[in-house]
Amino acid sequence: MSEPIVWLTIFILSVFVGIEVISKVSSTLHTPLMSGANAIHGVILLGAVIVTGLTTSTIALVVGLIAIVLATVNMVGGFVVTDRMLQMFTGRRRQEPPR
Amino acid sequence: MTPTWAQLAYLVAAVCFILALKGLSSPRTARNGNLIGAVGAVLACGTVFFAEDLRHVWAMLAAIAVGSVLGVIGAQRVQMTQMPQLVALFNGVGGAAAALVALLELDAVTAVAGGISDIPAFDLVAIGFTIVVGAVSFSGSLITFAKLQELMTTRPIVFPGLPVAFGASLVAVVGLCVLLVLEPALWIGVVLAVVGLVLGVLLVLPVGGADVPIVISLLNAFTGLSVAAGGYVLGNTVLLVAGTLVGASGTLLTKLMAAAMGRSLLNTLFGALKGGSTLGAGEASDRPVRSAGPDDVAILLGYAQRVIIVPGYGLAVAQAQHTLNELVEVLGAKGIAVDYAIHPVAGRMPGHMNVLLAEAQVPYEQLKEMDEINGEFKQTDVVLVVGANDVVNPAAKTTPGAPIYGMPILNVDEAKQIVFMKRSMRPGFAGIDNELLFDPKTTLLFGDAKDSMSKLLAAVKTL
Repeated sequence: MSEPIVWLTIFILSVFVGIEVISKVSSTLHTPLMSGANAIHGVILLGAVIVTGLTTSTIALVVGLIAIVLATVNMVGGFVVTDRMLQMFTGRRRQEPPR
Repeated sequence: MTPTWAQLAYLVAAVCFILALKGLSSPRTARNGNLIGAVGAVLACGTVFFAEDLRHVWAMLAAIAVGSVLGVIGAQRVQMTQMPQLVALFNGVGGAAAALVALLELDAVTAVAGGISDIPAFDLVAIGFTIVVGAVSFSGSLITFAKLQELMTTRPIVFPGLPVAFGASLVAVVGLCVLLVLEPALWIGVVLAVVGLVLGVLLVLPVGGADVPIVISLLNAFTGLSVAAGGYVLGNTVLLVAGTLVGASGTLLTKLMAAAMGRSLLNTLFGALKGGSTLGAGEASDRPVRSAGPDDVAILLGYAQRVIIVPGYGLAVAQAQHTLNELVEVLGAKGIAVDYAIHPVAGRMPGHMNVLLAEAQVPYEQLKEMDEINGEFKQTDVVLVVGANDVVNPAAKTTPGAPIYGMPILNVDEAKQIVFMKRSMRPGFAGIDNELLFDPKTTLLFGDAKDSMSKLLAAVKTL
């Protein structure tokens, strides 16, 4: 199998997995799910680190560092805020009065 | 070449992301799901530093530290009511990062190739795609942020040349991508980024305030696809898998949200361009309404047997959830059956209201979803609508020209008595009048939701 075919296979399978895993989500969780998915694409940080780490020019280094800061804000902020939202969901369950 | 152990670590990280999304789609597992996602992200980022032979490591670690601090501060400081804006902002910076990464990669490959186009054409297309979609996501998210933060008008902005400008930008993108494949050069990438920024603005301007959350979800999916393409360009599997997962699930989520509002995605994005469908005077009507004081409303509530509360964004803005929860407890102690009717898009985003009420520690079993409770309004004595408007507007059923026409609504109009707590006669986020306000069985209690709610609570206590 040639290289592009491997990538295409990974891509197509990921599409199906992405659709399948969230197909039964209730509307209650739409907001945290959107926020969590948002945090996941923060892994572009990896890409930013790779291109910045291989560059030799100063301008590219500066641009790369900006990209790293932005990607980190996306990833770290995304996970923290999602956790903050979900914390309230679980917190409520614990304090639920017995009926 | 990435060493095998690192490839395996990336695989584990990719699995973490799948489990994260899986966990996030059920209330019981959501928080763990998010933590698994974070673990995957840390693993992937740790791996890259050891697997690749990198320069500037300290500068990059410092940049990560700065980004982390900014991200955590943003995430901790934000009010729950401002959540949609923050998600939009985080999404936007992610898109910007993806576009910048692709630009740097373009710079690197063109420098190595020395102008000779022996770079695979598909790689160049993927670079172009990453730049454009990342830029669209960035500028589009900034406009959604401005709309939600009400830095600009929340109503659709349409100008005569908009469809032409939009079409021209799309043609320009295709043309520039072809040029990029034929004559790879950094300047083409920069122009692509600029066109992408314009495209993002043009995409979001015609979208009305109430539909903005759908657009955030769509832009979130865009950023995912941009990251996936970036993964292909850099030959990094975890980027490809994570980006594709977000792209696919984000697209589905966007469709689900649009469906909850009774809209098709195309109608959401381009409905305003067709004209007519986005009426809405946006001004207060001067038709007569019946208003009452807190004491009258307290009597209505105190002698009811069945009460349903319809909370809206206005409740959260006034921070009146806690007082409302107290009121419900007092009514419950009097033997009155009280439930909350939660419209799927109550608040500013699907599921937003659940988050806001969770913050006020409203018991979960009092929150009823629309399908569950819609049949019960007929037997309900009093419906108390607090800071909600569009989700109870019968125009969604009766007025084909209205922007919210077709959206499933709560059948509040079937109840025996309706009380609206409102600040003013200003229309809701969708910018249209609500006939229900002028209905003979409707009573209005004007004032700030928190203030009115405290007075109402005091009045109910004295009954």
